[in-house]
Amino acid sequence: MAEHTPQTRGALSVEAQIEMVKRERRANSAWHKLSRNKMAVVGLVIVAIMVFMAVFAPLISPQDPNFVDMTKAFLPPGAEGHVFGTDNYGRDLLSRIIYGARISIFVAVGGTVFGAVAGVLIGLVAGFFGGIVDSVIMRIADGLMSFPFVLLALILMTILGQGTFNVILAIGIGNVPYFARLVRGQVHIVKNEEYCNAERVLGASPSRILFTHILPNAISPIIVYFTLNVASAIISEAALSFLGMGIQPPTASWGNILSGGRTCLRTSPHIATVSGIFILLTVLGFNLLGDGIRDVFDPKQKR
Amino acid sequence: MLRTILKRVLQAIPVLFVVITVTFILTRLIPGDPALTMLGPQATAQAVDALRERLGLNLPLWQQFIDYILGVFQGDFGWSTSYNTDVMPLILSRLPATLSITLTALVIAVIIGIPIGVESALKQNTWFDYVFMVLALVGVSMPIFWLGLMLVLTFSVNLGLLPSMGMGSMANGIGDVISHMVLPVFCLATIPTSTIARISRSSMLDTIGSDYIKSLRSRGIRETAVIWKHAFKNALPPIVTVLGMQLASAFTGAILTESIFSWPGIGTLIVNAVNSRDYSLIQGTVLFTAVVFVVVNLIVDIVYTLINPRVSYEGGGQD
Repeated sequence: MAEHTPQTRGALSVEAQIEMVKRERRANSAWHKLSRNKMAVVGLVIVAIMVFMAVFAPLISPQDPNFVDMTKAFLPPGAEGHVFGTDNYGRDLLSRIIYGARISIFVAVGGTVFGAVAGVLIGLVAGFFGGIVDSVIMRIADGLMSFPFVLLALILMTILGQGTFNVILAIGIGNVPYFARLVRGQVHIVKNEEYCNAERVLGASPSRILFTHILPNAISPIIVYFTLNVASAIISEAALSFLGMGIQPPTASWGNILSGGRTCLRTSPHIATVSGIFILLTVLGFNLLGDGIRDVFDPKQKR
Repeated sequence: MLRTILKRVLQAIPVLFVVITVTFILTRLIPGDPALTMLGPQATAQAVDALRERLGLNLPLWQQFIDYILGVFQGDFGWSTSYNTDVMPLILSRLPATLSITLTALVIAVIIGIPIGVESALKQNTWFDYVFMVLALVGVSMPIFWLGLMLVLTFSVNLGLLPSMGMGSMANGIGDVISHMVLPVFCLATIPTSTIARISRSSMLDTIGSDYIKSLRSRGIRETAVIWKHAFKNALPPIVTVLGMQLASAFTGAILTESIFSWPGIGTLIVNAVNSRDYSLIQGTVLFTAVVFVVVNLIVDIVYTLINPRVSYEGGGQD
């Protein structure tokens, strides 16, 4: 190194240093860590395909999902250009699955967002203020978590009445206590860290401490739980639709396609089979992704 | 330790109160008039009014609430309009059917899930580990109502091996009962088995990496003793927690599974109650399942305290 002229040495080392820092950053970035986890990548790919299908449904769908042709009812997969066959009204099953992705993923993500936003706010309040507020909120959360999830959603649907938005609401309300409990636990961990105490001594308002310090520190478990929860919300929507209390036909959702396939399981098993495989794949994708994100955020839990 | 247990028992009381209150609120929010639903659309206004009076529906809400709580504590859950009988005996009569499949499923989950999880941990990153952990992942992602249909399709429709509906009867021999149980139990066991295998694996990995296990090995203690007597014992608490959660959430599985296999348990009772707007029965079944959940959780926590004495020394942090 000593042999270099000052010019070249400076130029080289600065560039090299920048390059090194960049590389190190890249290697340590959450994204890069995630991309090295094979299972997580598989999950991400599955989720990406399903989301792509949902977003671009009108462009990639071979047919109108509600186009009825009774002369072509119950065609098996592959017949007359219908890749997945047709259903009891002769509607193209592939098109219904593609549009079903829209509703199923939208409802699952919507319900989880609702649960997350409300749950995070409630959890922050409970964790931060503690005392009686915390006790009351947490006992209510415990109470709500005592109801089997599908049962609670079923009752909420009976109260709210049918409709896509109500399915989101029913799943969302059911999710609130889980997010609240998670966030409240995180707040308890972060609240007594030195930097929070320092802020408090400096006279920062509770909301400033909550949103600029505590929430960002609690965000990674929330993201992990959010991802895993989308998976179970897809199952919940399908379960509700399966029991006849979810998304109502003719709107296609994976759950009600499956439910429709149940009635003709013996004669046309392809309807139930195909719709279920899409539910399973998507849930698997979100679970893989969620597990992968957890490994990135929490290296201690590395399996 | 006794203090921890007592504290936990006391904590369950407000939760039970919340459960009872929420159940009351939810059932009152269901649109429609119970009296009208019971009597049908042809009923005269006088008849409806008389029934409303008899059911106490014309009383102020707070008084209805007090009556309802008093009823609950006396085991009186009201009258089921769709089954024409008292709700509580009806639920109790359905309980054995539900327990027979849920408990069998959980026992199977423990018997299969724990050895697979432990073995996967010991053989980390071998084909055994990969195969079973992929299977377990598929298992936890399984929509069991779809699995149920696929089982019916394969084993009842295509192979004709197993019945797909109902419970079977002892009159036709034990074989009839067992053959009716196979598919529902398989369906119900899938998620708990997978979950228990996963948690057993990760919990075992945590313990077998620790120093005391290494020191036990270096002292030449037999490997089976190291694994099952020491490592597994320390890996047990998280497994018990997960098992408790599975036990408590078994009702969700039962609702779906029973509905597929027409299993005459509490699950089908709930679905029928909702579909026929049988208010007392909805109230009763919802409350019953939630109370079971609270009690099971309580028992699990107490067991957890007993097998993991560290909890009691950590003081109030665990609630």
